[in-house]
This record gives sequence, structure tokens and C-alpha cells, in this order.
Amino acid sequence: MADALGVEDLHVLVGGVEAVRGVSFALEAGSRTGLIGESGSGKTLTALGLMGLLPDGISATGRVLYKGRDLLSLADEEFCELRGDRLAMIFQEPMTALNPVMRIGDQVAEPLMVHRHMGRQEALAAAMQILQRVHIADAAEKMRAYPHQLSGGQRQRAMIAMAMACSPDILVADEPTTALDVTVQAQILRLLDELVNEQGATLLLITHDLPVVASTCDHVLVMYGGKIVETGTVAQVFDRPRHPYTRALLDAIPPLDEELPDRHLRAIPGSVAGLGQFPPGCPFRNRCPTADGKCVEMPPVARVGDHLAACWHPVGGEP
Amino acid sequence: MSEAEVLFQVEHVTRRYKLARTRLLGPRREVTAVDDVSFTLRRGETLGVVGESGSGKTTLMKLLLGLERPDEGRVTYSGVRLTREVQVVFQDPASALDPRMRVADIILEPVRVMRLPGDRQKRVEELLDAVGLPRDSAHRYPHEFSGGQRQRIAIARALAPHPRVLIGDEPVSALDVSVRAQILNLLEDLRVGFDLTLVLVAHDLSVVRHMCDRVLVMSRGAIVEEGPTREIFRAPQNPYTRLLLDSIPRLKNRRAAST
Repeated sequence: MADALGVEDLHVLVGGVEAVRGVSFALEAGSRTGLIGESGSGKTLTALGLMGLLPDGISATGRVLYKGRDLLSLADEEFCELRGDRLAMIFQEPMTALNPVMRIGDQVAEPLMVHRHMGRQEALAAAMQILQRVHIADAAEKMRAYPHQLSGGQRQRAMIAMAMACSPDILVADEPTTALDVTVQAQILRLLDELVNEQGATLLLITHDLPVVASTCDHVLVMYGGKIVETGTVAQVFDRPRHPYTRALLDAIPPLDEELPDRHLRAIPGSVAGLGQFPPGCPFRNRCPTADGKCVEMPPVARVGDHLAACWHPVGGEP
Repeated sequence: MSEAEVLFQVEHVTRRYKLARTRLLGPRREVTAVDDVSFTLRRGETLGVVGESGSGKTTLMKLLLGLERPDEGRVTYSGVRLTREVQVVFQDPASALDPRMRVADIILEPVRVMRLPGDRQKRVEELLDAVGLPRDSAHRYPHEFSGGQRQRIAIARALAPHPRVLIGDEPVSALDVSVRAQILNLLEDLRVGFDLTLVLVAHDLSVVRHMCDRVLVMSRGAIVEEGPTREIFRAPQNPYTRLLLDSIPRLKNRRAAST
């Protein structure tokens, strides 16, 4: 299937320090890809970079290909035309994305007025339908509410309504359920799944939560220290991880469906380095059980068995 | 286990809060944060308290710590001195540690405040050893440590007055996934090594399932289900518990392949 989005050699610089260090991947049209990473992995900067949403002072280089165009070379106005229309993003904390002094109805109607050139009444009527579609109870009443009058789950639904208003091709969701209770998380993930299906959108879901990716996505990218260290389908990566970091992450999660012999988990030693403090070469090598002298050189992302990993000593040996 | 000494007896405890006025002349509405809750905590147990926001689990923790008084019912601690013997570790070590204090002073604060006897220098070294931090950490400041190390500092402080009960309020939620297992392993080692009774308040059910013998499931202030962890996870009886368990995303539950 064709790619909906291609990212080529993306670098993001924060104050002269490279936080995203040459990331390349493609999103197949209609696929759902989970981008897994911890703090400092560069996952959020990757998302903001490809959406053209990096704050001042943080710059991106590389290419982000969408329908034959490189988004990073677009002028601001051209990018604005696409953003909120063909590409949309939802965030962990809806209060940062929603305007606190604007009614929910107007906020959901706004992208329709800007990108679809609807009149206000038409856009408001459409917004009402979208709010109903995202299962906001009493949508008519909530149209007139301000963000602070909604619960966390409702705010997340309202933000999803805004993002999906113009049926985007690409939806980037950055930790969309991390701040939510587990039952609300399940509802929101189900809603995202339905909408992405209905609209045929391509989803990039960014999270630190491996089970969320397993239950929502078909493909996965694992990032560590600004690099993609492993990528493949969910089954390939989770059932037979090849990068020691992915293996270690999976082992360190308390299992829900099996009994451990005792209450000790296989913990990963050390901690995640700060920005610019990852060791040269493989960023995981100072925490890795199999690292040796060779790992001072960054391994390329290469085929190992049925998928890709960046490791000189992949788990389970060479292909 | 049923023979073990009872440490906490919680009997029909209710705690209400008055909400902020929403109308100038209207009455202040009340919310019942904990509603007629009863349970027993025995020595050596590991008890998990699970529930979503607003379930009352944080208020329950404060009632155990003596930071809140019940409006109705009784919380009875059978030990000698609750303020020394019951300690807590919070979710976010960054905000729980005073950035201007050196690690040694942070760790010793409860000892100083409670005027506990003993060689303080030696105590700091013992505690740093116990939580797996190098001894030279004593003279450094919290910002020089990673999130996981800061949580170790907070745990060392909680252990300083020789507690019998350690309450963890979401102790690993703010940590990186790759660091959580270290802290869970540490809590388990300390529990065994120092004969601690552990109460773990958490929204992450996999953590509770892993760490706890017994679970209280809370919803809207009430305990809706209570029992051995294994049984509750295998065959939940209460509909809310079932919903909670069904809502957990699982590594093995994959979405059906679309392509």
C-alpha cells in the first residue's frame, strides 16, 4: 500500500543539542503506528517536527513527505493550510490545545470555517454533529460550554472532535490517554479506533505505554535517545523483539496474564540520560547487557529476521 | 496471615468535604470522599488500593496517615506512635524533595523533627545503602539525580524513622517505564528486609497485581470489592471491578489486523 507520510532523516535541534538524531520512517496509508519512547527519547519532538509545530528556537532538518511535497520546505501559510485540515494533532493535555475563553462549539467549528470555508451557522451545525459523533452527552449544551466546564474525558473528546472535523489524512496523537483514568482511556482509544476506521485516516500514536500500542496499533516504532532502534509490525516487535532495549522494556513491565516466580521484575539498570548526555554510538549501550566495544559506533537500522532493528548484537542472533 | 497482628482497624469511616460555593447565597454542597469504609490491615500484608480519580483512595491514605480525621467511624492504629511508624512515599519525587536541601538533610529530616536518638551520620549511610544510592550522594542536591534516584531518596527518608507501615501513593507513576521495575524491586526488597507492611495506592492495576496480596477496589468513596489479589483478578464479582479490569490495555490483546 502507498505511504501516506514519509519522514526522511529528521533531526531536531534544541539549543544546539540534537534531540532527534536522524529519524526515518514511513506511514502506510490507513495504518496505525505506535511510536514508543520514554522521556528524552525524542518522540514528542519528532511529532511536533513533522507537524511543523516546533516552538521558537527549536529547529528541524530533513524531509517530511506528504503527497509529493516536503512539508519542512513549505512556507508557514502553506503549512497552516494543511494543518488542521489534512494533518491534525491531539495532545496529552487538552487544556493546552483548547482555547480557555472560547466556547467548545466555536472551537470545533473553527477548522471547518477556515479550511472548508463554511459560514458560521453551517459550521456550528456540523460541529454539533461531530460532538455527537464523539459521544459527548448533551452535545447541544456542551456546544456552549467553556473547556473548564468539561471533565477530562469530555475535553479529550472535544479535542478529538476538533482534530477530526475536516477528516484529516494523518492524525498524530501524542499521549492522548496518559492523563486519563483507565476506564476513560479505554473509551477514548475505542473512539479513536472508530474514527480512524470510518475516515480512513492514518494514525501515529505516540506513547510510553506498550500495552496501549499493542491494543491500538498495527505497526510500531521504538525510539531511544533520539534514534529509532526497532520497527516492525506489533506482532513482530512485541512477540520477537530484536533490540535489547525493546526486549528489556517488555520484560520490565509487570505481567497481567502470567505468574512470575517471585516479586522481582527484570529491571533495566541505570536511568534515561538527559538531553545530549546519551553515550556516543548506540544510545542504549551503557544500560545494555550485550554491549561491547563495537557499540561505540552507532549501528544502522537493518533487517534482522522479519523486521528492522539498529543493533550490532540483536536479540536471538543474526538473521 | 489471618493470625498476624492487626495494625490498622478502619471501622465505618466516612469523610466529607464541603465544596466551594457555586452561588453567593446558596448552601455549600458536600461531597462524600470516603463513604462508610471498613477494613483491617495486618502486619506483613501488602495491600493494594485501586480506584480512579475521585474514588476516595487518596483521602483514605490521608486518614491512615492521620492527616485527615473521619467525620464518622474510627481509624485505630495499634502501634505506639503513628507519626513515626507510618510513613509515605509520594508520586512525584521532584516536588516531594526540597531542592535547597542536601540529600543527607532530606533523609534525616524526620529523625530530626521527631528527635529520634542514634548516630545520624551512620544512619544516612545505612539508608543510602538500603536504597542503592552511593554514599557520596549525602552531600549532593536533589537536582543532581535522575527521577528514579530521587524516588530512592524519598524512600530513604520514609525509612529513616524505622516505620512499620510504608504507604506508597502512586510511587512509580511519574517514572520512566525502564526505571519503574527497579523501584518496584527495591520496594519489595525493603518490605522483606525491614519487615514492612505495605499499602500501595495505585491506578496501575498491573503494579498492584504484581506487588500486593490483597486489594481494595474503590469507587465513589466506597469499597466495592475486597479480597486476595489473585481471586479478584481472576474472577471479579463486582461490575465496576470487572469494567476496570476489562479496561486495562494488555500486551497480548492485539487489535485485529486491518490490512
